[in-house]
Amino acid sequence: MRWHRIQALVLRYTYLYTRSVPRVTEILFWPLMDLLVWGYVSVYLHRVGGVSGAANAFMFLLGAMIFWDILYRAQQGVTLSFLEDVWSRNLLNVFVAPVRVSEFVLTTFIVGFFRIAVTIGVLAGLAYALYSFNIFSLGMSLVPFFANLLLMGWALGMVTTSLIMRWGQGAEALAWGVPFLIQPVAAVFYPLDVLPGWLQPVALSIPATHVFEGMRQVLRGEGVSAASLAAAFALNAVYLVAAALFFRYMFTVARRKGLLAKLGTQ
Amino acid sequence: MNEAVVQVEHLRKEFNGTVAVADVSFNVRHGEIVGVLGPNGAGKTTTIQVLLRLTTPTSGAVRVFGKDLERHRCEILQRCNFCSAYTALPANLRVRENLRVTGGLYGVKDLPGKMDRLLELFEITHLKNKVTGQLSSGESTRVNLCKSLLNDPELLMLDEPTASLDPNIADKVRKLLRRIQREQGITMIYTSHNMRDVEEVCDRVLFLHKGGIIAEGTPQAVIAQFNHKTLEEVFISVARSGDLLAEATE
Ligand SMILES: Nc1ncnc2c1ncn2[C@@H]1O[C@H](COP(=O)(O)OP(=O)(O)OP(=O)(O)O)[C@@H](O)[C@H]1O
Ligand SMILES: [Mg+2]
Repeated sequence: MRWHRIQALVLRYTYLYTRSVPRVTEILFWPLMDLLVWGYVSVYLHRVGGVSGAANAFMFLLGAMIFWDILYRAQQGVTLSFLEDVWSRNLLNVFVAPVRVSEFVLTTFIVGFFRIAVTIGVLAGLAYALYSFNIFSLGMSLVPFFANLLLMGWALGMVTTSLIMRWGQGAEALAWGVPFLIQPVAAVFYPLDVLPGWLQPVALSIPATHVFEGMRQVLRGEGVSAASLAAAFALNAVYLVAAALFFRYMFTVARRKGLLAKLGTQ
Repeated sequence: MNEAVVQVEHLRKEFNGTVAVADVSFNVRHGEIVGVLGPNGAGKTTTIQVLLRLTTPTSGAVRVFGKDLERHRCEILQRCNFCSAYTALPANLRVRENLRVTGGLYGVKDLPGKMDRLLELFEITHLKNKVTGQLSSGESTRVNLCKSLLNDPELLMLDEPTASLDPNIADKVRKLLRRIQREQGITMIYTSHNMRDVEEVCDRVLFLHKGGIIAEGTPQAVIAQFNHKTLEEVFISVARSGDLLAEATE
């Protein structure tokens, strides 16, 4: 791996994002909309519930919404970076340069990281301003939670990118759709035990489930569960390796089928 | 210097049963400009893509700078570059930003100086601060050419680089390519449907038809071989009777 190549790719995305009004607004727009909708749903629940549990529901929903967005943005950072090159017919310029696939992927990880940093900043600020919800009251436990969401976002991003590489621009919708395939089972907005028994093992095999469960535990004042975190990190390690292997395999297939060239010139 | 920069042996590429390149062998010597011609679908772009390892061959061996392409991809690509009418640089970046990124990818030394010299060479210094997506197709072709020379490539692959240039600029580009080749000894592989391009720029041509080479030699030799006056006449007659020829040379 060569740092100057990664630096050059990161520079390109920096130009890309700062030059384009739609891209900047997109990073701010969706989180803001989500926050407004979920925030007011929570306020409403708080009002109609009126019981002690509703105060928790309020925090759970807002917290879940912010955490979900982090996962989603991390995945988008990876996949959209690849799509940017496809859309601008620049893919070949990248791969005729001496860029290693690992350098390209690492760059998309870095972009994913910056996207979530922005998302966290925006959402945390707005949640505090609009609803006096301070996500940082979760304290230092946020760091491993965020780290796990980022890792899972990277793994998901590699998988969606591989699928788009293989099935072309027709599969582009996957970039936005794949995360929502797991949302129902990842116990994002409701606790794990709401899911039917047979689905719970599936849920527990998803790293994010442990993060969302852990978050609710912290919000309930029960402290950080080391077991949740360990499970999330362990699962993420497995998923990242699997996703990287899958990506590498799909890249080989793309080379064999001439798909890079097709994606890069159409 | 006569050593082969590119050695292709029995290259074959199939896509799901479609044979794009059937069996192609050729060498490109140092400092040579080789034109790859042939009708649509002959396998020209596929051959170049294999040489850039964007596509892996079904069978056959490709060596560049005497090294196996599969095992030394990065090292080889560091010394090559590519320009095509069908790729673009990111549209919402300025020209100089795109060149800066390319320079970074190849680790170019004295990048600002080199950028200025190339922009001047292609007479597009005034476009330096323009947004790439706003350029005319001929202007962006010239920016692409600057991009492809930024790392001082020893081997330059050009896939229809002059496809969108006006006759005046096309003429200038042809002369520039010759001059660059003369002064810096760059080896080039060049595809074009413009026979004038090929006659003027190429030292040698490979005539591809249905994935095989059916004629090879200097433009004059190929013209003479087919008893025609221009390469264009050769092209048309070969393209129309190519099947017979392909059978004859098998
Ligand atoms: N990725 C691909 N998948 C399937 N078939 C392909 C692919 N790429 C090329 N082909 C087929 O291979 C053949 C050669 O294509 P190629 O692009 O190399 O031709 P070419 O000589 O560059 O033609 P043109 O003059 O039109 O640019 C064509 O029949 C084409 O349909
Ligand atoms: Mg072609």
